[in-house]
Amino acid sequence: MNVEAIVAALGLEVKCGREGLGREVTGGYTGDLLSDVMGNSKEGYIWITRQVHQNIVAVASLKEHAGIILINACEPAAETLQKAEAEKIPVMVSDLPAFELSGRIYNLLTSQS
Amino acid sequence: MGEPKPNLYSESFPIEGGNFNSAGIVSTGIKSILKKLGIPGDIVRKAAIVSYEAEINVVSYAKKAVVNLTVVPGAVCIEVIDEGQGIPNIDLAMQEGYSTADQKIREMGFGAGMGLCNIRNYSDDFHIESEVGKGTHLKMTIQTP
Ligand SMILES: Nc1ncnc2c1ncn2[C@@H]1O[C@H](COP(=O)(O)OP(=O)(O)OP(=O)(O)O)[C@@H](O)[C@H]1O
Ligand SMILES: [Mg+2]
Repeated sequence: MNVEAIVAALGLEVKCGREGLGREVTGGYTGDLLSDVMGNSKEGYIWITRQVHQNIVAVASLKEHAGIILINACEPAAETLQKAEAEKIPVMVSDLPAFELSGRIYNLLTSQS
Repeated sequence: MGEPKPNLYSESFPIEGGNFNSAGIVSTGIKSILKKLGIPGDIVRKAAIVSYEAEINVVSYAKKAVVNLTVVPGAVCIEVIDEGQGIPNIDLAMQEGYSTADQKIREMGFGAGMGLCNIRNYSDDFHIESEVGKGTHLKMTIQTP
């Protein structure tokens, strides 16, 4: 399943990085502590977080995440969007809280194949 | 004892303490150099993790640092030498969950006390030395096939 299919299934708002929407999603990780995400997520993952600061782009880029989804309708910082656009990393926003969003994405990723 | 290993690549990068807006720029640079050198993806990602964590620690706790990247046959070495407050108790700092990060740092999502653990876990060889009031010296080695 690619990022775009998750966007469509969950009605996410795509804030930037549309070029990366075709990227295959291999899993997901939910967390707001950057070193936790650094240590425990993997390439191709979708990262679910409430952090909006531009540091999330460096983490997603270094870890080669498929995209970042902000929970609870959090608004990304302007610098975050600029950097993510340059790195072609989709940043998306959901109205859902982390628990529900993670559960839905987990179901999407495990119900296919 | 064989011949000294030839350097395939070496470069030094400066890091400025306190600047969270450019934090990650050195690790991103290191990552793209290693990719261009044709280093396998899993090794590049390990190097990215360890250099990022070290870079963030410099930005968070030190005045400035220099990062030396050296690629030799069989290994990628990343050395981070900072000038700053130093670490009074390295065993304590290495414990997962131990952090002295202030509120401002925590608001950005740092301060889980996991950075040094990530560095240890993702490098094949890791050395840390520190002198209070002077600075901290990290040396990470990741083996390449
Ligand atoms: N370069 C450094 N100079 C001075 N103190 C440091 C340095 N690196 C780490 N420390 C000290 O060691 C502690 C633990 O560092 P570590 O990177 O493991 O966690 P953290 O930076 O607090 O949080 P995290 O890395 O999870 O965001 C820090 O809180 C700080 O007190
Ligand atoms: Mg740290």
